[in-house]
Amino acid sequence: MAGDTLITDELRKTIGVAKQSTTIEMEKGMLRQFVDAIGDPNPLWSDEEHAKKSQYGGITFPPGILAASLMGGSGPWLDIPLQRILDGGSEWEFFEPIRPGDVITVVGTIGDLRERQGSVGKMLFIISDIEWKNQKGEVVATGRATLIRY
Amino acid sequence: MAKQLYYEDVEVGIDIPTLVKHPTTQQLVKWAGASGDYYQIHYDKDFAIATGLDGIIVHGRLKIAFLVQMLTDWIGDEGKVKKLACQHRGMDLPAVDMKCKGKVTNKYVKDGEHCVECEIWTENPEGRKTAPGTATLVLPSRGK
Repeated sequence: MAGDTLITDELRKTIGVAKQSTTIEMEKGMLRQFVDAIGDPNPLWSDEEHAKKSQYGGITFPPGILAASLMGGSGPWLDIPLQRILDGGSEWEFFEPIRPGDVITVVGTIGDLRERQGSVGKMLFIISDIEWKNQKGEVVATGRATLIRY
Repeated sequence: MAKQLYYEDVEVGIDIPTLVKHPTTQQLVKWAGASGDYYQIHYDKDFAIATGLDGIIVHGRLKIAFLVQMLTDWIGDEGKVKKLACQHRGMDLPAVDMKCKGKVTNKYVKDGEHCVECEIWTENPEGRKTAPGTATLVLPSRGK
């Protein structure tokens, strides 16, 4: 069934090679909008006086910020004729907090490709390895994301 | 603000306090803007139906953000989320209650860190786990 596979030789060559790099300025307004969208009133993300007394000594972004699409956590976009998208899940390991004013660089690399016959047709699972670094070169977090195209 | 949670307060098997969210379509639009996810299945009903869905669905990534909110509410100012993993097993519709829940599965001290492992999940009104996952948290210790 070689002719039936979604993972062509050309696509397979993207594993470990296809990369996407983005730089994001972590503005305070973006933090406000983000926690407002979640409906998260935790003063750690908004109250400078309160946050000063915490372990980080100031306001930080909630770790959930890495789930936001604008943080580039979905990996490189592959140009394939499958228009529909599902989020298959993600995992993260957090090392450093993200503070307002930080400049984060995210690099995503295709880690693996798998396919499966689903009830809605053939599904391609694109697994990406992601790394976020701040302006000091510190690794803020690493992660792995699965995007399903079908 | 809740009082600080310590490693010694946590036992394997205990529940994390449930956080109930009620994501409206307005909240989905706010999340789309704040997170940069403009996929139309989360705000355009006709588009969602044309892709084979029954209607608009909640962003999977918003559910993860809710689960993080549940965790950071629980662990307080001095706790840390060290690891997080979440899968998407079911779609959630807007404008119904979504329960964010969790249970402690393990606790241990490793490399001087007081770690707590948990199962976490979002639950729909039918009691189905739609976004199951795991988290590793680091808590302060009273022994320090």
